[in-house]
Amino acid sequence: MQHSRLHPGPLPGRPSPGAPARPGHAHADHAHTQRGHCAALARRPRLLFNAPMRNTDQPGAAPSSFTAAAPSEESAEALLLAVGRRQDRAAFASLFAQFAPRLKAYLRRLGSDAGAAEELAQEVMLLVWRRAETFDPAQASAATWIFTIARNKRIDALRREQRPEIDLDDPALVPDPVEDAESALSAAQASGRLRDALGGLPPEQAVLLRMAYFEDKPHSTIATETGIPLGTVKSRLRLAMDRLRKSLRDAG
Amino acid sequence: MSTLTLPHGILSMPPHPSAPPAHHPGEPLLLDYAGGALGEGASLAIATHLALCPACRHTVREMEAAGGALLEELEPEPLEPGGLERLLARLDEAPAEPPRRLPPSIQTGAPFLPPFLPEPLRGRLARLWRGGPGEGDLSGLPWRRSMPGLAYVNIPTNGGARTRLLRLQGGSALPEHTHHGIELALVLRGGFSDEFHQFLPGDIGVGDDAVTHRPVADPEGCLCLSVADGEIRMTGSIGRFLNRFIRV
Repeated sequence: MQHSRLHPGPLPGRPSPGAPARPGHAHADHAHTQRGHCAALARRPRLLFNAPMRNTDQPGAAPSSFTAAAPSEESAEALLLAVGRRQDRAAFASLFAQFAPRLKAYLRRLGSDAGAAEELAQEVMLLVWRRAETFDPAQASAATWIFTIARNKRIDALRREQRPEIDLDDPALVPDPVEDAESALSAAQASGRLRDALGGLPPEQAVLLRMAYFEDKPHSTIATETGIPLGTVKSRLRLAMDRLRKSLRDAG
Repeated sequence: MSTLTLPHGILSMPPHPSAPPAHHPGEPLLLDYAGGALGEGASLAIATHLALCPACRHTVREMEAAGGALLEELEPEPLEPGGLERLLARLDEAPAEPPRRLPPSIQTGAPFLPPFLPEPLRGRLARLWRGGPGEGDLSGLPWRRSMPGLAYVNIPTNGGARTRLLRLQGGSALPEHTHHGIELALVLRGGFSDEFHQFLPGDIGVGDDAVTHRPVADPEGCLCLSVADGEIRMTGSIGRFLNRFIRV
């Protein structure tokens, strides 16, 4: 094998001829651009206080609107913005009903017993409340944002380490190239397309991809334990990511 | 330490490498990182590469979006009754986290580290700083020597990986070696070359047991973050002798 692998996609500053525009969401890391997005969203009227609350005292029952990809007044992104902007407890209760049972499922998949998973899901939702102000719908869907909080909290709590993460305010961080003009897809729309693409993955790729998120084992360990050759594991994961990326690129 | 210094200019170069990295971790490792399965040492190397590599950052964001989609499609697990009420009662105890503009390690006392060191590596090194005469030149870190031309700082990480900041004098070579497990080498300043490639700031080399190589520092020296998850074995005749005494 090669000593190192070249990045499979087009690199900034090293464009390949005819390469498609970078897929996916608007990925402007420049804070100014982000603020522009937020301001635009803030101007849109929202009626979050009218969000139905009937089911929220039955934590297992997720609102049926949750799986709908179309943005609505009740979209998880809108709820999260309401929490961030005005500490809207009704919106937070809706988010809790949508995500806490799935966070518990996520943590159980990763090996926590029911009690610990419940406890950790609570801690994750508490961080969602505390950090909601920093949620930027141009950067990530609500589910993606909550996933990253849950992933990091689990690592911090269970492995007793501090998850190494980049810091977007770090002066030493090399900024993204200027945002592509045609990145029209919102993170929330992208999320719906990703779910469709996940459903269409060949089983042998889907299994390995889920292991990467739910087994707490790096791909080299997965190869050892499943007996699938390391090269096969790698190529299946790359193929799966190619499919997911294509689903974002073909959008619109 | 006086016999092992990087040329003065190498630490005062502009904070950002002039070209985007050419050597990347590759998607399987990025996926391990994005999914949360990668150990702390390797995660430190990947995350520090991400600070220097917009392309891999983009890939990781796509992988995190896939994580979000997978979270959404999980079968919900019923919660114990009263969970929401218990949490709502706690909300006032936990005020919103105040926004901050600079990484904690810069705000709270690591201005002595050279400005090119990105987070999260910078914060880890700040914890190890012992103070020293120089500012911006790494001299206050607990350097150790293992062989001529090579000094290192151990960076404590969980999970059994050996995580080190390595400083190679210009032209000095590591003995030819192979790896059991995985070795990551992220160049921060200067560079190194082996039989296959040249590695410059921001580049990350990935070695495993399929790779036997003999890295040589570029003439201006090399500062890199090295993570070895598993044993590194010298393969040359001198190296086999050194195996008994030295861990690179």
